[in-house]
Amino acid sequence: MRKTLLRLEGLSKSYPGVRANDDISFEIGEGQMHALLGENGAGKSTLVKMIYGLVRPDAGAMTLRGAAYAPSQPSEARRNGVAMVFQHFSLFDALDVAENVALGMENPPPLRDLAARIRTVSEEYGLPLDPSRLVGELSAGERQRVEIVRCLLQDPKLLIMDEPTSVLTPQEVEILFRTLRQLSGEGTAILYISHKLEEIRALCDEATILRGGRKVATCDPREKSARELAELMVGQLLTPPERPERPFGEVVLEVEKLSLKSNNPFGTSLKDISFQLRAGEVLGIAGVAGNGQDELLLMLSGELRAPSPQVRLKGDPVGHLGPNGRRAMGLVAAPEERLGHAAAPDMSLTENALLSASRRKRLERGGFIDWGKTEAFAREVITRFDVRTPGPHVLARALSGGNLQKFVIGREIELDPDVIIVNQPTWGVDAAAAATIRQALLDLAGKGAAVLVISQDLDELLEVADSFAALNEGRLTPVRPAKGLNVEEIGLMMGGAHDMHVAHEAAQ
Amino acid sequence: MIRLEKRKEPSKFWGIANPFLAVALTMLAGGIMFAALGKDPVVAIRLIFFDPIFSETFGSYSRPQLLIKSAPLILIAVGLAIGFKAGIWNIGAEGQYIMGALFGAGVALAFFPQPGWYIFPLMVIAGAFGGFLWAMIPAILKTRFNTNEILVSLLLVYVAERILAAMALGLMRNPDIPGFPGSRDLRRYEAAHNAELFANTGIHWGVVAALVAVILAYVMMTRHMLGFHVQLAGQAPRAARFGGVSPARLVVICLGISGALAGLAGMFEVSGPGGQVRIEFASGYGFTAIIVAFLGRLNPVGIVLAGLLLGLTYIGGELSQMMLQIPGAAIQVFQGMLLFFLLALDFQTNYRIRLTQGERA
Repeated sequence: MRKTLLRLEGLSKSYPGVRANDDISFEIGEGQMHALLGENGAGKSTLVKMIYGLVRPDAGAMTLRGAAYAPSQPSEARRNGVAMVFQHFSLFDALDVAENVALGMENPPPLRDLAARIRTVSEEYGLPLDPSRLVGELSAGERQRVEIVRCLLQDPKLLIMDEPTSVLTPQEVEILFRTLRQLSGEGTAILYISHKLEEIRALCDEATILRGGRKVATCDPREKSARELAELMVGQLLTPPERPERPFGEVVLEVEKLSLKSNNPFGTSLKDISFQLRAGEVLGIAGVAGNGQDELLLMLSGELRAPSPQVRLKGDPVGHLGPNGRRAMGLVAAPEERLGHAAAPDMSLTENALLSASRRKRLERGGFIDWGKTEAFAREVITRFDVRTPGPHVLARALSGGNLQKFVIGREIELDPDVIIVNQPTWGVDAAAAATIRQALLDLAGKGAAVLVISQDLDELLEVADSFAALNEGRLTPVRPAKGLNVEEIGLMMGGAHDMHVAHEAAQ
Repeated sequence: MIRLEKRKEPSKFWGIANPFLAVALTMLAGGIMFAALGKDPVVAIRLIFFDPIFSETFGSYSRPQLLIKSAPLILIAVGLAIGFKAGIWNIGAEGQYIMGALFGAGVALAFFPQPGWYIFPLMVIAGAFGGFLWAMIPAILKTRFNTNEILVSLLLVYVAERILAAMALGLMRNPDIPGFPGSRDLRRYEAAHNAELFANTGIHWGVVAALVAVILAYVMMTRHMLGFHVQLAGQAPRAARFGGVSPARLVVICLGISGALAGLAGMFEVSGPGGQVRIEFASGYGFTAIIVAFLGRLNPVGIVLAGLLLGLTYIGGELSQMMLQIPGAAIQVFQGMLLFFLLALDFQTNYRIRLTQGERA
């Protein structure tokens, strides 16, 4: 039996209206790989924020190596050997790797010494990094390495990782796991937050499962099936979406040899993109974030104009048309970012319904808005997609992520499109809502619409897609039938490990 | 310990209460300023806010003045507010106001001394066009070269002022009175005179235009897609693009509307209360209208109230200058304070100020 590193006893934290954590107790042993599992809103973030000193518990206590531990700020946690890699990186694009690392340290050494240490530590752990490169030029996987190396330089006893693999290809995940196992072997405990069950079963030796702010189980994930873990997490039985066999119709959306410069200086330009999408077909496009997904969506939705003949909708060139022109022809889109892009945060759901539906639902006449009709349409979306909200007058930003996502996707589906493009349709959405959204997309395809799903979630793509392609550095692989593809092949389509595979051999 | 907490939703109560609170605080701080100048603060505040309307001695003169001063403020502010809602900051209404006046007066002087019912409508069109044209300079520079419309529109005010001076001394100078700067008096040219429509009310065509503009702006902002797009672009630019709003088109529309309305205000002023193109014609309406727009919460109805209040401070300022010898600049400080207090108070529509016990270490 190994020694206990961190013990949580009865930790509770409430926010107005929510009991985020309720009497949570468990232990993490030295060198243990401990998974923290739960759906969005289960209280994982609040719990680790308490451990990392960002949030103070209302009740309960922690002990670290037997001594009382109550960090009042992250720097105190770091002094005690607790480090954290966040899901969203806090890096500056315009600074280089060493400068970014220095910014996160209390007393950074001179940059030249720091660069040397970054090189040593990163190679020792199989995560090679060039300290002089600009962060803006790095891939998502490399950025994560910057964050990890920043933590490793502090020689942590406990490393908290929040959803670390959501930005990685399967091969990059393998490399990360090797690093984590090496750390664990050296006695560093790892608290690993994820909702990807297979990963946890492959990596962790103990798992704590949260649901609705309470601990529902601590178990050995290797002894449970992924399905059992999922049902513990959700608290109900899960049914995979239904997907009736159906013939595809004619090609409705076609992109031919399209290259397009990104409108964002750190964006990814599209290079030589070609694909065809038939009526009734669901095309899944995989790829690690930042490989041109945003640009692909903007180009297809009409927010970025393209050379006209290279984008064709039902045979007509549409590259020059803006979003409303394409909507009129039957193409709708739901961007990844819900707040601020697919919906205006400070506007009501009624106003947000008008945002993309004004033309197709005839909510305006000669520019004058029919608010009654618009509100009725918003209510329709709310009812049909089970959006939990007091009513259409509520501001978009007051909705939870999952509910707003249901509203946004539902709004587009209700427009009865011939082609629908969605980017990350279930990102940050709980399992039940995700199932609703996926089923709605499949139903739409069943009715003969062409569906294009851009996602980083491979399980999701394999669940819904008929055909499959991957985006890698702005290039799209040829489209292949999804049936029979395995994760290994998909990983290679996504660009493998971005030339990282030699790392571990070199380190040995 | 004082802590700031972001509110989940902006407070509706403070949104409405703040303008009133700002006025009260301005009276207080203004009173202190007047006291420091050695004047009786109570008398001064009374002269500015109360006497122009209620005094028996000045009332008959200053009551009609209220509409005369407020109309251009409201007309300009309504246009500015549309742009401000979209996040397009036209700070150069003063310049557009001057150009509108010059274009309007130019038409009148070209026809002088011919009579004709069509001359005044032509002046109205020319005035709006002049302001529109002047606002198109920052609009086109912004859409083509991504320049900052705040700087360009503001700097163009000073260019417009130079052009005004050149016109008053040169091309538009009254040839009948040699040696004096300034154009013919349009009030004495019937076809071009923007006369009082009802005796002793101060109501001229500019007042009518302001009222029409307020109603149209209200309808546009609440019932029309253009108003919806304006708000969308101001609140969430990326969502606006998703909704099919072209940012460049919106810049042109917003600057165009505010420029045209400022130009109209200038034209009504030069053909009526102002009377002639003079070097000192511009009296800061274009800048004060920015205060009016914010004090009125960028809402057409609020702008009417704010415009009347600021109009009042103009008249009251003149009165207090006359009666108490308070310097003219003091009244501008007074107007500035109003905006200053309002912006400071608006902090609490979005944040809650909390007094808390110091956290234990």
